[in-house]
Amino acid sequence: MSLAPFEPTTSVDFIDEIPPDSAEGGRAIEGRSPLRLALARLRTDRVAWLAAGMILAMVLLALIAPVISAATGHSATNPDLVNGTNSFGQPYGPGQGGFLLGTDNLGRDVLVRVAYGARISLLVGVLATLLATVGGTILGLISGYFGGWIDALLARLMDAVLSFPYVLAAIVLAAVFGGSLGLTIAVIAFFSWAAIGRIVRGQTLSQKEKEYVEAARSIGAGPFRIMFVDILPNLVAPVLVLGTLLVPVAIVFEATLDYLGVGVGPPTPTWGNMLADDQGSAGFGAWWFWGFPAIALLITTLGFNLLGDSVRDALDPRTERIFATRRKASVLGPDTPVGGGGTQSGAEADTR
Amino acid sequence: MTERIPFAPPPPAEATPPAHQVSTEPLLRVENVVKHFPIRRGIFFKRQIGSVQAVENVSLEVRRGETLGLVGETGCGKSTLARCITRLYPLTSGRVVFDGADISQLSPRRMRPYRRRMQMIFQDPYGSLNPRRRVGSIIGDPLAIHGIAEGPERRRRVQELMEIVGLNPEHYNRFPSEFSGGQRQRIGVARALALRPSLVICDEPVSALDVSVQAQIINLLEDLQGELGLTYVFIAHDLAVVEHVSDRVAVMYLGKVVELADTQELFGSPRHPYTAALLSASMVADPEKARASHRVVLYGDVPSPINPPTGCRFHTRCPKAQAICSVEEPPLQVQPGDLPDHLTACHFPVQRGETLVGATPEFHQAAAEFIATTPPPVVEGSA
Repeated sequence: MSLAPFEPTTSVDFIDEIPPDSAEGGRAIEGRSPLRLALARLRTDRVAWLAAGMILAMVLLALIAPVISAATGHSATNPDLVNGTNSFGQPYGPGQGGFLLGTDNLGRDVLVRVAYGARISLLVGVLATLLATVGGTILGLISGYFGGWIDALLARLMDAVLSFPYVLAAIVLAAVFGGSLGLTIAVIAFFSWAAIGRIVRGQTLSQKEKEYVEAARSIGAGPFRIMFVDILPNLVAPVLVLGTLLVPVAIVFEATLDYLGVGVGPPTPTWGNMLADDQGSAGFGAWWFWGFPAIALLITTLGFNLLGDSVRDALDPRTERIFATRRKASVLGPDTPVGGGGTQSGAEADTR
Repeated sequence: MTERIPFAPPPPAEATPPAHQVSTEPLLRVENVVKHFPIRRGIFFKRQIGSVQAVENVSLEVRRGETLGLVGETGCGKSTLARCITRLYPLTSGRVVFDGADISQLSPRRMRPYRRRMQMIFQDPYGSLNPRRRVGSIIGDPLAIHGIAEGPERRRRVQELMEIVGLNPEHYNRFPSEFSGGQRQRIGVARALALRPSLVICDEPVSALDVSVQAQIINLLEDLQGELGLTYVFIAHDLAVVEHVSDRVAVMYLGKVVELADTQELFGSPRHPYTAALLSASMVADPEKARASHRVVLYGDVPSPINPPTGCRFHTRCPKAQAICSVEEPPLQVQPGDLPDHLTACHFPVQRGETLVGATPEFHQAAAEFIATTPPPVVEGSA
């Protein structure tokens, strides 16, 4: 049953004057969303561009790994002691024997292996972070919003996960189930969600006391609608920042697990097991065994960390920014929406 | 309760009684409502060590089409009472009867149809609008939740609502931060009206606004009452506002209604000493009259609602208090010589023309000296 539409007695004659709102003709006055404003600020941030470049380079490397392999004819996994070692049976250094980054002690091309390693690192980093972020956000929201015994249970669970010796747990799990890509992602996600969950829980606790939540309840919104439609948009900023910063942590986590031999495991090349491989051969100065995976790891994690910092700066314009300059003039220029006295900074003031 | 159909559509605008022509059947009855907030201590096993007695045994009636003003100091339980009526807080005890149906124990699901007919306008035009959602979606939210209108139809109705409350419908896609305080309050009004409620509870809707904007919002609310046949519970601490908008006024002190009367009657001849003190504290625009009027000065603060005074809750600050006041709680009843609608909870109501003790210049001077020479009291346990 629907209610009768309004029959305003005083203002009905104005309604015809509303311009038709349509995609082609209507001049819709659109407020710029806080996220779009943040994106505009991010675009003026040179560090963000640098970070994005580093990440994109790694993504590109990961994408063209089969191309490199095909072009050079070098396999990432098969030992090739005939072509991959010099006449003394020693691995080639960088630039020698047609190997740009040299070969490892089994004669495999380090460049191809680093490129394939990028696939694993990025896949694990992004997927584990995604899982951890989604799970942490949902559980944090539920914990913070419902409170009571649900909160007590979930909050203690988060404490337990955060205080768990995760490397030991990962070793045990790998020993029981055997190392695999899926298990690695699951382990990393499981030990990462609590960090996000805790932050989301805290933010939810403060957001649910706001009057707009009360307003939503008074119009009949249920708890899940309030959590995901009303509160969640207010948590986008911290979740986005934390999520971006969680990617490098997950990548390093993955490298650690592989270094310890409980991750994806050989023969699949990963930066972690490449770093581990040269332990035995570090003695004879084959720095390229570990040097190039380490550099790749550094570039990737640095890129994500810098991007995370820039995202935080962009979402919270009050924080001091060192590198980006002259952003005010370009971002909040003449096309700033002229609200009825409202200012753009007002939108951000509610961020925290 | 009986299985009545709660979706009875509101009567068409022509059939509703014009504003201020009040019928006698109450739209809302509040019966002995009590709201205590427990105070808990402890980390694992939270013991209740006391309670804030925010609303204590309040009974009221709100008649169809009228505006009931609810006044009192900050912390006297006005807003808590409002939230008890709209079931934002569960009641400790008592009943809320809306249009003949007891809604005080309904489950959230059973409560939903009543939420359509009972809406709230909030005090803080900044906090009550979600900063991350567009205005169109905020105002359209009630329509979406109750499945009334979707897509272009919802958009059309939201823009209609924006038009009605005096907003530019083109601003549909803006964010709350792009509006001024008064405009934001109009958004709040539009959201409250989206479901065509019969009862609107205005929780200090203008106290966060500039005076000039206050007038706009009050006029808007009054116009809407006339057009849509709304019933208001109007909470405020600004007496001038309450006098202007209300048909009847209830005065609250420390969780209790101490006096309830027609606006003219209450402002003309207050019977409760607290009402008298409250009225004498409000500003008079005419300096001649202001000089001639006597200000009843109350000392001390409102006692803690955790541990309210015995007997009459006002006796600790009342200029007329006697021994019985600290022992026996006066019932809210018609006092001798009053109109049948004028209820006062006082053992010694103020008489017509009576000047309360403490209203003399000597008393003012003594008070000033007392304040100047006494160090501020350290309130124990206040964080």
